[in-house]
Amino acid sequence: MAQAKPKSKPTRTLLAKTPTGIQGLDEVTGGGLPKGRVSLVCGKAGCGKSLLAMQFLVNGAVRYGEPGVCMNFEETEEKLTANVASLGFDLRDLTRRKKLVIDYVFVERSQITEAGEYNLDGLFVRLAHAVKTIKAKRVVLDSVQALFAGIADTAILRSELQRLFRWLDEHNLTAIVTGEAGVDTLTRYGLEEYIADCVIALDHRVTEQISTRRLRIVKYRGTSHGTDEYPFLIDEDGISVVPITSLALTHKALTERVSTGIAKLDEMMEGKGFFRGSSVLVTGTAGTEKSSLAANFTRAACARGELCLYFTFEESPSQILRNMRSVGLDMERWVKKGLLHFNAMRPTSTGLEGHLAVIHRQISELRPKVVVIDPITNLISTSGSYDVKSMLVRLVDFLKVEQITSMFTNLTFAGDPQERTAAAVSSLMDTWIVLRDSKPNGRPRRELYVLKSRGMEHSRVVRELIVSKKGLDLGEVLSDHTVATHVAGQ
Amino acid sequence: MSRVNEQPRRASDRHGPFGPETEQGMKKSTAKKKTAKTSRSDFFILRLYIAGQTPNSMTAIANLKKICEEKLQGKYSIEVVDLLEKPQLAKGDQIIAIPTLVRRLPPPVKKIIGNLSKTESVIVGLDLQPAP
Repeated sequence: MAQAKPKSKPTRTLLAKTPTGIQGLDEVTGGGLPKGRVSLVCGKAGCGKSLLAMQFLVNGAVRYGEPGVCMNFEETEEKLTANVASLGFDLRDLTRRKKLVIDYVFVERSQITEAGEYNLDGLFVRLAHAVKTIKAKRVVLDSVQALFAGIADTAILRSELQRLFRWLDEHNLTAIVTGEAGVDTLTRYGLEEYIADCVIALDHRVTEQISTRRLRIVKYRGTSHGTDEYPFLIDEDGISVVPITSLALTHKALTERVSTGIAKLDEMMEGKGFFRGSSVLVTGTAGTEKSSLAANFTRAACARGELCLYFTFEESPSQILRNMRSVGLDMERWVKKGLLHFNAMRPTSTGLEGHLAVIHRQISELRPKVVVIDPITNLISTSGSYDVKSMLVRLVDFLKVEQITSMFTNLTFAGDPQERTAAAVSSLMDTWIVLRDSKPNGRPRRELYVLKSRGMEHSRVVRELIVSKKGLDLGEVLSDHTVATHVAGQ
Repeated sequence: MSRVNEQPRRASDRHGPFGPETEQGMKKSTAKKKTAKTSRSDFFILRLYIAGQTPNSMTAIANLKKICEEKLQGKYSIEVVDLLEKPQLAKGDQIIAIPTLVRRLPPPVKKIIGNLSKTESVIVGLDLQPAP
């Protein structure tokens, strides 16, 4: 966690912002786009810039009472309406209710002869007329580079575009101008030179057959902003950005405790269990009942009336429910009561960023008290190890800020108990519980110990984990792991 | 909107695009008024878009009249549309630049942007070939 110093944000009060209503983007920008200014959103074809712009307009019209005008240079009204209908945007309805105007601007050079001096007043008139008709506060120009194909005199065009951006500023319109990425420049025609206030770059790349989308704030005058790339996701609700919440380590450390679900495990932790809002890592080799421990923890939370969100990457929810029944854990009851929510995803269905975006969205929607991710091993396997830690830092920080107690399970392999990924992740975790198999005297048993738990005097003994039809319990003290195990010594 | 020429504007003129039906209808109606020497295909319906009485717009109007009188005497009508008065009309002809001259007839539609000071370009743009 690099940015340990909490940043103060005095600029926030100085610079008025217009919320985009796009999940995560407003957090990343400290409140939205600069109000009454022109922002540039650039990226290659298919990176999602038009979608971002439309979401900005639609959200403005629907949620913030700010009507908007879209001057579209690429798609007809009909096509655009059809394109975004799948995201639940009803442009026709918004147009009818005078919340939105879409003006398709078509330029065909083969039809046009230039004969003498001209300017782009026609475009100004159209925009001004549309803005006036619905008293628009937001404007999207998507994307003006099409004009370069239609108008031969680029000197006139450039000065007119500058005049257009000035006009938008003068009329206090919050605008998004989109631009296609150039070879060595942010946009093909260097539009970034004219837009001084806010530039956002979108990127869409495919690594190891998994596509990831990222967003970067290139500049934002007068505002401190993260310079990182933020993963974002396009799904049926449009764009959502996974913000880095480690802008500051300002989350409050709670002193409240929550039960682990096993009385004797609570005993090992000052008799009280985990801290609320802390993160717990459970590692173990295959078949060491990591999922059972996690399920037991959520069951205890549900019994307290707390909402739990369980992300599973290996098994379907019904499989988990069946397995948990076999060890005496009736989870179905809590599902029916609406306290336990499962979310099953294939690890390879999207990149790590995609998963994190989904996790973020779900958490933001449901606002659970407890989150389980079972297991993170699979998430890690879909991504390069370089990204993994920073992504998990974001996730763990986000959970802490939301004061959600979280449990992550991680599969380790026999003979390699401190596997690379576990070691990378463990520093983020407040509590680390290790499960393992052992066969003293030929009798197999499962053992549990608390490797670390920040902020408390935790027990260092190894105890047997007993799994029966009656649920999970701990057996007798076997040893002190600090002297007797092959794990802690490394 | 002001009419520069006295050429009557017919209902059929307003119905773009210029499909065969429109063409026929116009042929009939003009035949009454027009003399035989003006055939349909060389009658020009022009529309000049301006935005306010700017120097460029005034120049364009003057240049257009001059060119038409020289090349198209009696075979044209000019309609000047001021977008400051009728902004809603900009969309129909996809007007971006000002001034823009639109040749609505004969087909195909052609657009000439600028103050029309480059006479040669206007003549080429409107397809006004001198009679052989």
